[in-house]
Amino acid sequence: MALYSEKVMDHFRNPRNVGVIEDADGVGEVGNAKCGDIMKMYLKIDDDTITDVKFETFGCGSAIASSSMATELIKGQPVSDALKLTNKAVAEALDGLPDYKMHCSVLAEEAIKNALDDYYSKNPDKRKE
Amino acid sequence: MNIYADNAATTRMSRAAIDAMLPYLETEYGNPSSLHGVGQRAKEALEAARADIAAVINCTPKEIFFTSGGSESDNQAIMTAAERGRRAGKMHIVSDKIEHHAVLETLKKLKKQGFEITLLPVGQNGIVDASDVEKALRDDTCLCTVMYANNEIGTVQPVERIGAICRERGVIFHTDAVQAVGHIPVDVQACGADMLSASAHKFHGPKGVGFLYVKRGIKPERLIEGGSQERGCRAGTENVAGVVSMAAALKESAAHMKENGERLTVLRDRLIKGLSAIPHSALNGDAVKRLPSNVNFCFEGIEGESLLLLLDDKGVCASSGSACTSGSLDPSHVLLAIGRVHDVAHGSLRLTLGEDADEAQIDYIIGATAEVVSYLRGFSPVWRDLCAGKKQFIL
Ligand SMILES: Cc1ncc(COP(=O)(O)O)c(C=O)c1O
Ligand SMILES: [Zn+2]
Repeated sequence: MALYSEKVMDHFRNPRNVGVIEDADGVGEVGNAKCGDIMKMYLKIDDDTITDVKFETFGCGSAIASSSMATELIKGQPVSDALKLTNKAVAEALDGLPDYKMHCSVLAEEAIKNALDDYYSKNPDKRKE
Repeated sequence: MNIYADNAATTRMSRAAIDAMLPYLETEYGNPSSLHGVGQRAKEALEAARADIAAVINCTPKEIFFTSGGSESDNQAIMTAAERGRRAGKMHIVSDKIEHHAVLETLKKLKKQGFEITLLPVGQNGIVDASDVEKALRDDTCLCTVMYANNEIGTVQPVERIGAICRERGVIFHTDAVQAVGHIPVDVQACGADMLSASAHKFHGPKGVGFLYVKRGIKPERLIEGGSQERGCRAGTENVAGVVSMAAALKESAAHMKENGERLTVLRDRLIKGLSAIPHSALNGDAVKRLPSNVNFCFEGIEGESLLLLLDDKGVCASSGSACTSGSLDPSHVLLAIGRVHDVAHGSLRLTLGEDADEAQIDYIIGATAEVVSYLRGFSPVWRDLCAGKKQFIL
């Protein structure tokens, strides 16, 4: 048994949506160097839809793959759906993660929520409830 | 290219070690405790292996006890000294912060039982100061255990000085020589060890077999109850094939130690020089007082596991002390002990060369590492902050 699934290795080797959005509508950064994984998410939002997303990650294979998968799952989706994204969904989409690596996928969920918080704090009128 | 550069984790068995073991699996499979011919031949092979190993480390065969490997040897050595100490009302043990977990966890267990443990710091070069040992020893110290060479950063400890200090103070000295035996000269008389641990799979022998040297006059504490094998100190039918193979591996390693050591030192230094050219990187551990095969670096702004996986894709097998490779949230206790902060310790890479390494392999590793480090830095938010001046470079 390999450490990671084929899916994880694919997203780790060829991460989707890597990079920076200079004029992002929301930016989120989570994790810290102490625990070993740091993730930064950049969102472009138009008409309550995530039109573009990019990430930067300092972290292990699982952290990079989770970031990549998370960006795929929310790109083109309504903000309301992105808010509902869970780390479990990210891990499942990756065909699973080793138990002790689940915390890396939590960061992906948090990075997106963090970026959306940033977006709402800049655009308070967009907040629905 | 395929390069196995993780020889501190384990080594490939030598041809001699494999050949030596086969007869004891195929035809000479007797139990050394049996009185018939096939049993007695196994017994003879076991004792010949004991004598061969004793000759290499300069002791008598009766001072060699076979075990299941380095971890068991470490456990048995420490428990031997601790039980003697307990009986004599001496419940203090001196060790250091960069020991292997086989030592640290055993000490942790003893601490729960009421022993007082002093873990000495190491310098930034990853070396224990012998004068710190001298100061730490007390009248109630029953054991000093300091490793011969570190498994992560390869630093060779001043065991001869520590051994002399312990001898003078009448304190039992144990050294975990798992990374040293078969690679650098180890002589139990010269280093003044009362006990010394070794493991076959680190010097091209099989996994699951090792030995403990115990100086005459000290009776090893039994950790495994049962039959009277190993002079009553370690029950269980002996791993004859493994022991015979271990002796063959050790004899061969010892015979080529000098030439291999000299050649590897040159290659190691070439690798160190090449990796030092990667910006914001640093060698971990003393540049000179280190095993001929060990190179350990930190690269700022990246994480070790991803570095390792991408090197594996390029055919280079290595290891890392990052948290995400250990399964805990903390990076290697050794890197923290030499003063690497968490951020930097996560970006570590250990390359431990095999005797078959050559210049072409070294240059390939340098190129592959430089490429992967620069690729990972390309999308690391930490690296971006460092370059933007939002964070100070440490290395
Ligand atoms: C310094 C040191 N001590 C002890 C051990 C444990 O040896 P073994 O794997 O044979 O139990 C190792 C190997 O990982 C080691 O490097
Ligand atoms: Zn991780």
